[in-house]
Amino acid sequence: MENILNWVGSHEQYIYIVVLMIFVGIEVIGRVPAVLHTPLMSGANAIHGVVIIGAIIVMGKAEGDNYAALILGFLAVILGTLNVVGGFVVTDRMLEMFKSKKSQK
Amino acid sequence: MELNVLTLIYLLSSITFIIGLKNLSHPATARRGNLVAAAGMTLAILATIFLYKDEDGKPLHNYAWIFGGLIIGGIAGTFAAKKVKMTAMPEMVSLFNGMGGACAALISVNEFLHVNKHFHSSSADYQKILVDNNFFRTELIIIYAGLIIGSVSFAGSMIAWGKLNGKVKDFAFKGQHLVNLAILAAIFIVAIYTIFFELNKTTFIDLASPLFFLVLLLSLSYGILFVMPIGGADMPVVISLLNSFTGVAAACGGFLYNNKVMLTGGILVGAAGTLLTILMCKAMNRSLKNVLIGSFGGSAAGAAGGNGQAHGGVYKEVSLSDAATVLNYANKVLIVPGYGLAVAQAQHICHELEKMLTDRGVDVKYAIHPVAGRMPGHMNVLLAEADVSYDLLLEMEQANDEFRSTDVVLVLGANDVVNPAAKTDPSSPIYGMPILEVEDARMTIVNKRSMKPGYAGIENELFFRSKTSMLFGDAKSVLQQLVGEVKNL
Repeated sequence: MENILNWVGSHEQYIYIVVLMIFVGIEVIGRVPAVLHTPLMSGANAIHGVVIIGAIIVMGKAEGDNYAALILGFLAVILGTLNVVGGFVVTDRMLEMFKSKKSQK
Repeated sequence: MELNVLTLIYLLSSITFIIGLKNLSHPATARRGNLVAAAGMTLAILATIFLYKDEDGKPLHNYAWIFGGLIIGGIAGTFAAKKVKMTAMPEMVSLFNGMGGACAALISVNEFLHVNKHFHSSSADYQKILVDNNFFRTELIIIYAGLIIGSVSFAGSMIAWGKLNGKVKDFAFKGQHLVNLAILAAIFIVAIYTIFFELNKTTFIDLASPLFFLVLLLSLSYGILFVMPIGGADMPVVISLLNSFTGVAAACGGFLYNNKVMLTGGILVGAAGTLLTILMCKAMNRSLKNVLIGSFGGSAAGAAGGNGQAHGGVYKEVSLSDAATVLNYANKVLIVPGYGLAVAQAQHICHELEKMLTDRGVDVKYAIHPVAGRMPGHMNVLLAEADVSYDLLLEMEQANDEFRSTDVVLVLGANDVVNPAAKTDPSSPIYGMPILEVEDARMTIVNKRSMKPGYAGIENELFFRSKTSMLFGDAKSVLQQLVGEVKNL
């Protein structure tokens, strides 16, 4: 019990961020029309590509002779970039079509 | 100073993610929202590369590797995203999602190797300090969480991707749920054992590595087995769910590196993705539990056998030229596009038929069910690609008001979303699902490839009604021939 309390105490900031972000995440997309479900999923998909930052840190910290870390990090950077770039480009392509329809109208 | 700049940039990026998601949920601002989030992401990535300092205050190195990876990933990602056909969008999202999951899992593997090495090279006294230290254990828990969630998401997304593009077939065996649950239990038992018990022994190192990779292997197989039996039409829900998984996995990285932007972005997507998953389930009148356990497919298949025989009614076929005539001389036509249209990529030819009929004075509109196509909203994207005007797309409620005054409804590869059993038959698995009430129209022409039941595995009594005529064939070729017939009239 004490352990848990200690843990809560020492991770206060994180716990706040997690709790608040859960509410923000739900609130922010609460009223999305069904038309936008697919682009929204795709956009959210691109945003979780923020994991790339972790990959960059892994890569940037790896010692030059630690080949395991270098290779893992390198792969992670490539995969993360694919997620981010691909995600945003695909979303933009989907939304581009929505927009062109509107302007014609 | 530099670190404070980095903190500020991370804060800005987090805000752009929230604003981006917010804008993405409104049609007018969606595109801007995507660009805002992308700008925030670019900023965060560049700031990390140039401003990040580790605990000892050293900046990052290996720039060549980092930029190499960024360039390769960037070019490949752009290329893949630009080249993909509109109909293949969902599987592309799944593929990119899998990449993110794999990235999170790789980070965990790397951090584990790091921690393990650190532990191994320490003296026995220091090991004891590490073990007594709660931070050490917390870190391990998070490493495991990132590993498990990331690899389940990766393996699951790959299977979802394969299923959507037809490379992977549905596969289920008896007792699969039990096997899945057993694997899941094994994952948790091994992970908890390693973190809380193995860690207290000085022999930690010897067993921890193999056990860690055992968890990786189990998580990958769980991801595969868990998506394997789920049918194609449920993939959107699964992808959305895996999407939120990857969000949580990214957040784990945020904990590990004390990185608030990863934490914010990850949890944000985790929460939004979960809500989106639930919204999608609601639109299809399925519970998430059903989708995940996949019991729907199994029980419905059984029911279909019984139902099919009970019905076994007579259906009418209509010839192409008759169908063309009926359409040509109707006052009002509603087109109900479905999965079949998406698979056949018939959206362009469908638009051509619509234009031709409109030119001849027929009032043609589209009735879009919220879950028509492969993903909610997918039909709108597809028809938009074919230059169908926005005003012609009716949402379900609007369409249901219009069917009564409609002469001909042309159903293109949709099935469960027009099944009247959802309203009339409480024993039907889709009972209660909102449907397009096409039976109100004067006449219905249904284009399907065969009489085979749709995804839900149940017969559609609509097809046996006297007002319904069947027009068999692939949506694209049927539409092409219809266009030809109408031209000759």
